[in-house]
Amino acid sequence: MEEKLILFKNRKRFGIEKNIDIIFKNTTLVLSSLVAVVLFGIILVVFIQSFESFSRYGLNFLVTSEWNPVKDEYGAFTAIYGTLVTSILSLLITIPLGVGTAIFITEDFVPKFVREIVGSFVELLAAIPSVVLGLWAIFVMEPFFRDFFAFLHNFFGWIPLFSSEPAGRNSLLAIIILVVMLLPIVTSIARDSLNQVPKKLRNAAYGIGASRWKTIFSVILPAALSGIMAGVLLALGRAMGETMAVTMIIGNSNAFSWSLLSPGYTISSMLANQFGEADGSQVSSLFYAAFVLMILSLVVNIFAQWLVKKFSLKY
Amino acid sequence: MNSLYYQKKLSRNVGDKFFTSLSVFCAFIAILPLIFVVTYILIKGGAQINSDLFTLEPNPPGDDLDAGGINPALIGTLIITTIASIIAIPVGVGGGIYLAEYSKGGPFSKFIRFGVNVLAGVPSIIAGVFIYALIVSTKILFGSMYSGLAGGMALSILMLPTVIKTTDEGLKLVPNELRYASLGIGASMYTTILKITLPSAFRSIATGVVLGIARAAGETAPLIFTALFSYYYIVGFEDLFYEMGSLAVLIYNFALEPYDAQNKLAWAASFILVISILSVNIFSRILAAFTEKTKRV
Repeated sequence: MEEKLILFKNRKRFGIEKNIDIIFKNTTLVLSSLVAVVLFGIILVVFIQSFESFSRYGLNFLVTSEWNPVKDEYGAFTAIYGTLVTSILSLLITIPLGVGTAIFITEDFVPKFVREIVGSFVELLAAIPSVVLGLWAIFVMEPFFRDFFAFLHNFFGWIPLFSSEPAGRNSLLAIIILVVMLLPIVTSIARDSLNQVPKKLRNAAYGIGASRWKTIFSVILPAALSGIMAGVLLALGRAMGETMAVTMIIGNSNAFSWSLLSPGYTISSMLANQFGEADGSQVSSLFYAAFVLMILSLVVNIFAQWLVKKFSLKY
Repeated sequence: MNSLYYQKKLSRNVGDKFFTSLSVFCAFIAILPLIFVVTYILIKGGAQINSDLFTLEPNPPGDDLDAGGINPALIGTLIITTIASIIAIPVGVGGGIYLAEYSKGGPFSKFIRFGVNVLAGVPSIIAGVFIYALIVSTKILFGSMYSGLAGGMALSILMLPTVIKTTDEGLKLVPNELRYASLGIGASMYTTILKITLPSAFRSIATGVVLGIARAAGETAPLIFTALFSYYYIVGFEDLFYEMGSLAVLIYNFALEPYDAQNKLAWAASFILVISILSVNIFSRILAAFTEKTKRV
């Protein structure tokens, strides 16, 4: 028998090696399920804490705007209304701006490096912390818009939205700073969905003689619509939960007013303002408001994800 | 024959011009805020930068003209973000490994991925409310109420979805051939993941994680009633269990003070925060562009 060169040796894994493998797999399994634990934990904890207020005021909490810690009467209508109005109005301004910018980035009006610079500028805007935007809004934006608001009130005061004397900090300023914060979200998601539209659709439209904007409006935007819609919904969720910049500039008043020029409230700014000093049943009422905010943003987020799943990868 | 030439006054051409300029206008408006914000922070914040800023405690608002420095807040931000990273990175990377390497697209992994997206959409202030109810009000951490530790935990909830997502997506980009090769020569799953797939996805995961940390460093809402704020130097380990200042909360508190000295301090803190966050972002962007180019070759 001649000697064999042993390249491979048959050997079984030791028990300890097998165990390490199994332990590793199960550890990662546990870590990934922590996401679900945290998510359900948040929902559960906030619900339990709000239970006292929930059982006392029921759904009346949502439609009354009395917020009086002395008399122990709580209703979050002003805050809920403020949350919805500021987020929806800011979104209405952001959508055309953001989609317009996304079209600018994906079309070839200007050389590529200019578009890339614009794209990264918009994305860098998303990296600025919201508290810094709030600081900027207080000291730079508010003085800048003061005359414009006075003008709005003088000439359009007959519209309920502009019917009050402009206050130093008001809902309209909050809407403007929200536009700044939502712009990167809408732009980057709209840009991604526009980029995903296949080139052949554009070429086909050009081929039958459509002009550039006819192509954009009738072919490209409809094809990218679901992605853009999902981005808009994500931005809506973000706008409803946005706290710092809004808290700093909205004026924080629980007095209900139709006018955007008077101070307002959102759920998140109410939480930021009162949570630290609250006690007794006020805490429970704040948890109730937090619960409402969470449900609102959950619904919007889940709907956005459903939309993405339902309509993505059509081509 | 005329119809073969470009006619300026044709309605479709006029319309095209109009919409093109509208789109350019949108892009112009969109980059204005960044330029204005960064310029003001550079001017107003940059003017306040001196060595005292980094070494002194902030003075409580009052009539004295000197506001002091931001040393405790600066250190506090570093500590709180570190705590958040220590919690969120192992959990997130581990969870991401399970999703990308072990799960087979069944209902569980679908549910977890869905949960990650939902958690990413939870308003940041809710994370603060949650930690307040769980940790601050129950005094579960050795009897301490507001603490840097609680603040770090609240931030980790916000970092978690980002870390899981980038790990999951980074690992999915690793070509399967690498896994086959490793498993084929007899390596276990555990060795394959730790020695082959994770290292080859390291750069994209690291980029995502660093961006997540930068984002967390600027978050304020989860901290205002978990870590609260403190005017005093952080001297020892036990300070983790007491109120802890952070740059973000300092900006929030001092921006709303009526005193000029405190406002200036808020601008200085913004300067430091924004410069560090933007440089991390720009650096990782350049790095990503660089890797993309080398990969294509």
